[in-house]
Amino acid sequence: MTLYLVLLLPFLGALGAGLFRANARNVEAWLAAAVAISCAILLGRLYPEMAAGEVLRVSVDWMPQYGLSFGLRLDGFAWMFAMMVTVIGALVVVYARYYMSPADPVPRFFSFLLAFMGSMLGVVLSGNLIQLVVFWELTSFTSFVLIAYWYHRADARAGARMALTVTAAGGTCLLAAVLMLGHIAGGYELDDVLAATQAIRAHEFYPWIVVLVLLGAFTKSAQFPFHFWLPRAMAAPTPVSAYLHSATMVKAGVFLLARMWPVLSGTDVWFAIVCSAGLASLLLGAYAATFQRDMKGVLAYSTISHLGLITLLLGMNSPLALVAAVFHMLNHATFKASLFMAAGIVDHETGTRDLQRLGGLYHAMPITATLAIVAAAAMAGVPLLNGFLSKEMFFAETIFAGEELWVRIALPAVATVAGMFSVAYSARFIRQVFFGKAPGELPREPHEPTRWMLLPSATLVLACLLVGTLPAITVGPVLELATRSILVDGRMPKYSLAVWHGLNTPLMMSAAAFIGGIAIHLFLTRQGHPVGVLTPLFRRFDGKRAFAVTRVTLVRAATTLARIMSSTRLQTQLALIVFFIIALAAVATTGHLGIDVSTHLATIDPAFALLWLVGGACAIGAALQAKFHRLAALIMVGCAGLVTSLTFAWFSAPDLALTQVSVEAVTTVLLLLGLRWMPKRLPMDLPNRDTTRARARRLRDATLAIVAGLGMAVLAYAVLTQPAGPSIRDFIVENALPRGGGQNIVNVILVDFRGFDTFGEITVLGIVALTIYKLLRRFRPAPEVMTTSSEKRDPSRELPDPRDPVPRGALLVPAILGRLLLPMAGVVSVFFLLRGHNAPGGGFVGGLVMATGFIAQYLVNGTLWVESRMRIHPQYWIGGGLLCAAGAGALAWFASKPFLSAIVWEPKLPLIGKLHLSSVLLFDLGVYFLVVGTTTLMLIALAHQSLRSHRRPAEHDAMTSVRMVR
Amino acid sequence: MELIYSLAVGIFCACGVWLVLRPRTFQVILGLALLSYATNLFIFAMGRLTLDRPPLIDPNVVPDPSLFDDPIPQALVLTAIVIGFATTALFLVMLIAARGFTGTDHVDGVEKGD
Repeated sequence: MTLYLVLLLPFLGALGAGLFRANARNVEAWLAAAVAISCAILLGRLYPEMAAGEVLRVSVDWMPQYGLSFGLRLDGFAWMFAMMVTVIGALVVVYARYYMSPADPVPRFFSFLLAFMGSMLGVVLSGNLIQLVVFWELTSFTSFVLIAYWYHRADARAGARMALTVTAAGGTCLLAAVLMLGHIAGGYELDDVLAATQAIRAHEFYPWIVVLVLLGAFTKSAQFPFHFWLPRAMAAPTPVSAYLHSATMVKAGVFLLARMWPVLSGTDVWFAIVCSAGLASLLLGAYAATFQRDMKGVLAYSTISHLGLITLLLGMNSPLALVAAVFHMLNHATFKASLFMAAGIVDHETGTRDLQRLGGLYHAMPITATLAIVAAAAMAGVPLLNGFLSKEMFFAETIFAGEELWVRIALPAVATVAGMFSVAYSARFIRQVFFGKAPGELPREPHEPTRWMLLPSATLVLACLLVGTLPAITVGPVLELATRSILVDGRMPKYSLAVWHGLNTPLMMSAAAFIGGIAIHLFLTRQGHPVGVLTPLFRRFDGKRAFAVTRVTLVRAATTLARIMSSTRLQTQLALIVFFIIALAAVATTGHLGIDVSTHLATIDPAFALLWLVGGACAIGAALQAKFHRLAALIMVGCAGLVTSLTFAWFSAPDLALTQVSVEAVTTVLLLLGLRWMPKRLPMDLPNRDTTRARARRLRDATLAIVAGLGMAVLAYAVLTQPAGPSIRDFIVENALPRGGGQNIVNVILVDFRGFDTFGEITVLGIVALTIYKLLRRFRPAPEVMTTSSEKRDPSRELPDPRDPVPRGALLVPAILGRLLLPMAGVVSVFFLLRGHNAPGGGFVGGLVMATGFIAQYLVNGTLWVESRMRIHPQYWIGGGLLCAAGAGALAWFASKPFLSAIVWEPKLPLIGKLHLSSVLLFDLGVYFLVVGTTTLMLIALAHQSLRSHRRPAEHDAMTSVRMVR
Repeated sequence: MELIYSLAVGIFCACGVWLVLRPRTFQVILGLALLSYATNLFIFAMGRLTLDRPPLIDPNVVPDPSLFDDPIPQALVLTAIVIGFATTALFLVMLIAARGFTGTDHVDGVEKGD
């Protein structure tokens, strides 16, 4: 339970932190600190169990069918890491409270920071490897948002993107590795995998697993050649760097290496890859750190170097090296976090982190300087500080690592050289910031920061001192239990955590590193300390450029592929779609169509043939005229619709005929309203209409159209001339009256058998209407339509006066007649609605008729006149309709029946007699309301566009441009 | 009858496809209307063609399914007509809005000749 709480608290805190006001810095910090400290306390209370060597496990089923569970597992190593994450997290929170400026939106910061803490704890506590990968990627993501916290800065965005790309790509590799591990071990639990060590090493996948795990770890821990993202990630706020790039995020990689150490280490592959990557990072990081200009840049490269040291130790295949690695993880976290904090304080108080501009700050901020000096000394490995101890252990290990002679000489030599650079950059870091004299004016007058900002740094520095002087008492037990839990077989190596081991080789190496480091520093200072000049040596291995080149190449390749394989032109896309539909249909039906024309020729009704002569002519006419004669084409399409409707009526489908006719009317009005906003087009406006290309395209389209039409005709004919097969229609016909209670089977299907479908459909209708409303609110008509409109040309033209009893204008007679139409439309619509269940009609038709009545008022009387007399609120109709339909459906629950079942109530009333009331009528009423609302909303929204042109053009243009800019 | 019906579906479909492949938004919207007529007629045809037998039950007679036109395609087409109306309306508004934003009624939002 405690474990769940430890994992859950940060995430809950993250949710909570996001809810505060943007300037609630104190509340945010209190909340975040409380979360971090509570987690630390909860973990701390588990220390007795950890000291006893127990492993705590809890798990709940996650996806049992795949053998996955959500499990947490806490052993000594995980405990040590979790403590580090929470304690340093708490310190960073305190520090961040004073670091963040009041202008920064802190809820976002603390929310992300807590989410990151939770993800990191998830990585550390996961008992299941798949789950570990999930949290691993979550840390990548949360670190991405943290690095990009100041997203108005291009460098922050670029750095965050690069960090995410690199670490998430590594995470994908890790997932592949984990899948292989689980495949071999037979389970994804960490314990399963640890138990299957022998099988994994013997397996043919072993080299792949090693490589993939290492890709994951190296990208995360910024190891060569994937180190390049870390310096770029320094664009993050300094508290983020102090947390992510010292104690947590980058440590996840080495954490994983240590976790997998018993399973994967001990082979030559491991030794070769891990050691070379570690060595390269150690040396190159230290070397590059010496030439950085930015304080945080020095620390970033130094981090790469120190993580390289840890990686190198983990690659050495010796338990003693593992102890040193774990020890250095702790030490590095403490001194590096405090150094980052110092860099942040300097930045905060002086306004710059540029080593070239800084100097002599010791007098202005002695406490900060002292803290930074101690921490930097720990980083350089000065005796009596924690860095010294782990570095000594490291030096000792390098001497005994290899078997071949050259390794035994080269490794200590390289380690010493790296140590020299480490001393050199630490010395420079301190000297250039705190001593000497600033070359010029600083952006701000430096002074000591508030005590609370110093406290976190001071705490960490105190830890450095205590561990450095009294290692056996302070860190000894923790190190012991952490290492013991990694080494599953429990064979602990012998080591001693003393400050003084006598005059031995590691001490000589340390001494050499110091003398050499100081010499390098003095030499470089005399040269005026070149910056970024010597790093060209580094450029040969410049991962940053490789990253950029890879990215550009990939994007180009993808663009090229997209250009070849796809088209941005709608016409091409649609032509391809039509072509493939025809092709697929041809493949599917070839040989299955028995066509016999002769037998059916006799039954042709001349009237029907004439009807379709008209229909076909209308369709073809519309097809030919739609470009230059829109109104004519629209009328012809309307005719085609009427013919369709008559056909429905002809073939025993009165409901369809009714619906089609009313939809036709409304659609035509809609399109007529839309015509106003189309550009004027004449044949001579298009000079390139008769180019060969255009002709070829028209030929292609004509061919496609004719083939498609022929295909449909053949298909329809083939179906029509074959007898119908068995279907569910018998069931529906037999049950429509007894169980659906209606005589109109189509209506019964709509409101009862397929009521849920209809419910979905009317919801879609409502959504479409609201979408249209919203779209038209933002829409601004094309400028030339505005200027050529008649109202614009004639400013003297009077607006219709709403107070007139009848609107003035040309349509006086229709206006009077139109007013009579509304009550009639209302009666007809209710008539259709009520009789719908037993005879042709229903909610759809009724609603459309009513809406037509409304829109007729708008058409003949004008929007202003109508709206001064009656306000239709379509949104209430829509909402009411949906509620009504849903309510009718929910009524069934009271009768313990499923949603939308028909409920019948037959009360006997005096005088009237027996009454048949059914919930489907209520449902149909909902449909009716909704259709009325939807249709009027659409039409009114369109009609209102004409009103807008009365606005002053200047105001209008300004609004348009503002909207466009947004 | 079946022959004419099939030809009707074919003609509507051909005109619809032709218009849908045209470069102007208004042509496309009319094309979609024609295509939806064709499709609705085609779906309706799945119930075969029957004369004078609408799916309305006389409550005094036990219903015989073979005496009615198939109501299922009818119900499906009814739904399709209404949804078709909604999409036509939405498309019309998109068309108007796109015209306002891009200054052209070309389907790609850019003038590219015919």
